[in-house]
Amino acid sequence: MSTARSEIMGRLKAVLDKSHNPTVRLSTADQRIKDLPPALIPERGRADGPARTAKFVDEAEFAVAEVVKLTTLSQVPKALIKVLADAGTSKLKATPHGDLQTLDWSGIDVAFGRGEGSDLVGLSVAYAGVAETGTLVLRSAANSPTTLNFLPDVHVVVLHSALIEANYEAVWARLRSEGKGLPRTVNWITGPSRTADIEQTILLGAHGPRKLIILLIDEDS
Amino acid sequence: MSQKPYHDDPQCHDFQKGAKRALDDVGLQAQLARTLKDGFQKKRAKAKARLPEYDALRDRARDIKAHTLENLDAYLERFEAEVIKAGGQVHWARDGEHACDIILDICTSVGAKTVTKGKSMLTEEIGLNTHLMKHGVEPVETDLGEYIIQLRDEPPSHIIAPAFHISKEQVADTFREHHPHLNAARDLSEPTSLLTEARSELRAKFIAADVGITGANVLVAETGSALIVTNEGNGDLTQSLPPVHIAVSSIEKVVPTLDDADTILRLLARTATGQDMTVYTTFFTGTKRSGDRDGPDQFHLVLLDNGRSELLGGPLHDVLSCIRCGACINHCPIFSVVSGHAYGWVYPGPIGSVLTPHFVGVEEAHLLPNACTMCGRCEEVCPVHIPLPDLLRTWRGRAFDAGKPGGLQGLGLKIWAALAKRPALYRLALRPVVALMRALGKKRGAFKWFVGAEGWTRTRDLPTPQGGTFQDRYKGGER
Repeated sequence: MSTARSEIMGRLKAVLDKSHNPTVRLSTADQRIKDLPPALIPERGRADGPARTAKFVDEAEFAVAEVVKLTTLSQVPKALIKVLADAGTSKLKATPHGDLQTLDWSGIDVAFGRGEGSDLVGLSVAYAGVAETGTLVLRSAANSPTTLNFLPDVHVVVLHSALIEANYEAVWARLRSEGKGLPRTVNWITGPSRTADIEQTILLGAHGPRKLIILLIDEDS
Repeated sequence: MSQKPYHDDPQCHDFQKGAKRALDDVGLQAQLARTLKDGFQKKRAKAKARLPEYDALRDRARDIKAHTLENLDAYLERFEAEVIKAGGQVHWARDGEHACDIILDICTSVGAKTVTKGKSMLTEEIGLNTHLMKHGVEPVETDLGEYIIQLRDEPPSHIIAPAFHISKEQVADTFREHHPHLNAARDLSEPTSLLTEARSELRAKFIAADVGITGANVLVAETGSALIVTNEGNGDLTQSLPPVHIAVSSIEKVVPTLDDADTILRLLARTATGQDMTVYTTFFTGTKRSGDRDGPDQFHLVLLDNGRSELLGGPLHDVLSCIRCGACINHCPIFSVVSGHAYGWVYPGPIGSVLTPHFVGVEEAHLLPNACTMCGRCEEVCPVHIPLPDLLRTWRGRAFDAGKPGGLQGLGLKIWAALAKRPALYRLALRPVVALMRALGKKRGAFKWFVGAEGWTRTRDLPTPQGGTFQDRYKGGER
């Protein structure tokens, strides 16, 4: 153990021991982490059923994301054709996700892999959506590289409406239930990259994508 | 007027000079009015209006912070164990110098030449950039605001908007000077062209960097995760491209669970910039996992104390709950005219006036807690209910005990105190002064100048007393 650690901990314990003994503190902390006392979830984070999807769309658009509604995954390549044309490229960098690799990509120059500095359009698959603020949740994995979320000029994200949760806590609950701990990176993405650092004028596309397009696959609609 | 970065060389003793400089700067005053009143204040109010539970969430956040601090050692132990379990390393740093050494050692161990940096006030607090440069490692700030002030060799003037005091014309001049390889005739008149240039300059740096350094807004004991919030995506590239990621955080940033982090996040952006959520909120836990195609092979979390453990349980305890949203700064009437550099150290505004004397000493910083009207707006807007005016008052007391203020102001206070303790003498002394002032100022109703009151009359009139002394009028039955 480093001496700095014992010095710092020593100072903390000297104060904290006055109120509770160290064993009580440890069990209090353990218990609180185990118990997960319910957070205060605001009304906007409690939408259910079709209202939840509608809330997600409203909030995502409020954050300046574009939402394109599709009914099946197979419509994804077609939706990309327009996005690529708008971006002036035929090249697509897609996340190496099994669902995407089996689609019919004819007419599109698709490569699967991590993000690179020269990527103009990137395609990812969301782990979840959060209706509360129109937030996408992406997690790092072999089939979901993080760099693809930040390097392309235009970031396109596939989201299945069944994966939209009402609030952030529900996403954590899902991750916990998988029992694998947290991946290296969990990205919450709410709208496209922006900055207000020059005279507080909001400009889109600072270092990350200038455009965020959500392909919302709503199989029930 | 710019100022050199000052982590090792605080300029707090010159607060009055800095304030005067800011007040005389017409451009800066316009920038302040636009950024604060019409910008941050309105945006926060709107975001708050969109969330009816805002105040209830503030109570929750305060309680989470209070609970964590009561059991801080236990949560830090759990946090550390989880980071290690996820393949990361935790380095405990007793002070700024120690933290700088740890970070430099990590950089040296991998032969790093350049490091990219996400925005981190903590690295400003410890003077990391100077330390790295001194030892041949080039730090590249990637947040646009931080990049601009790094090129200009200035300190940040605000904790969340470090370059808000700089006009777009000044940014254009800075870019022309520092990007000499680009066409000199290019048009840089619009913010968009400035942004495009910075983006392409920094893109190459991101990809070339050997190490990425970020801060961490919150640490999560449950999972050993840390998180950052950015709007640009710079902190996220900083931590996903280089093979080594160093996150610098401090001991009071820990919360028990991911759900507790959510509560903080529901308040942070709304209070800071008026966004319901920042564009990118990134949780990072340990190193890249087997099969991952990107992410760092090494993850180091530097856990800084730098005097924070001494605040625990003391009169300034509550400042440890701060989530660094900047709301107190955005709503402070003093900051709104003197701006950030006048405070002379890393953290400006009310939060700075509480933190700075602790870091640089009351001798240097005694003017800061006094640069306050006690209007209470900082406490009113604080998302975790920190009683900032009380904490400032604590510092005023300490400054007084340390013999500050000195000189004439001290003598004046001593004379006043001697009189105030003797009511009869006080009345006797005041009566002729009031009578004289009435006689002299009757015609105009106010003085443009009065002996001994130059500090007041330099910027405003001193009204003529309307009757006798307060005590005489009270005794005479006036209510």
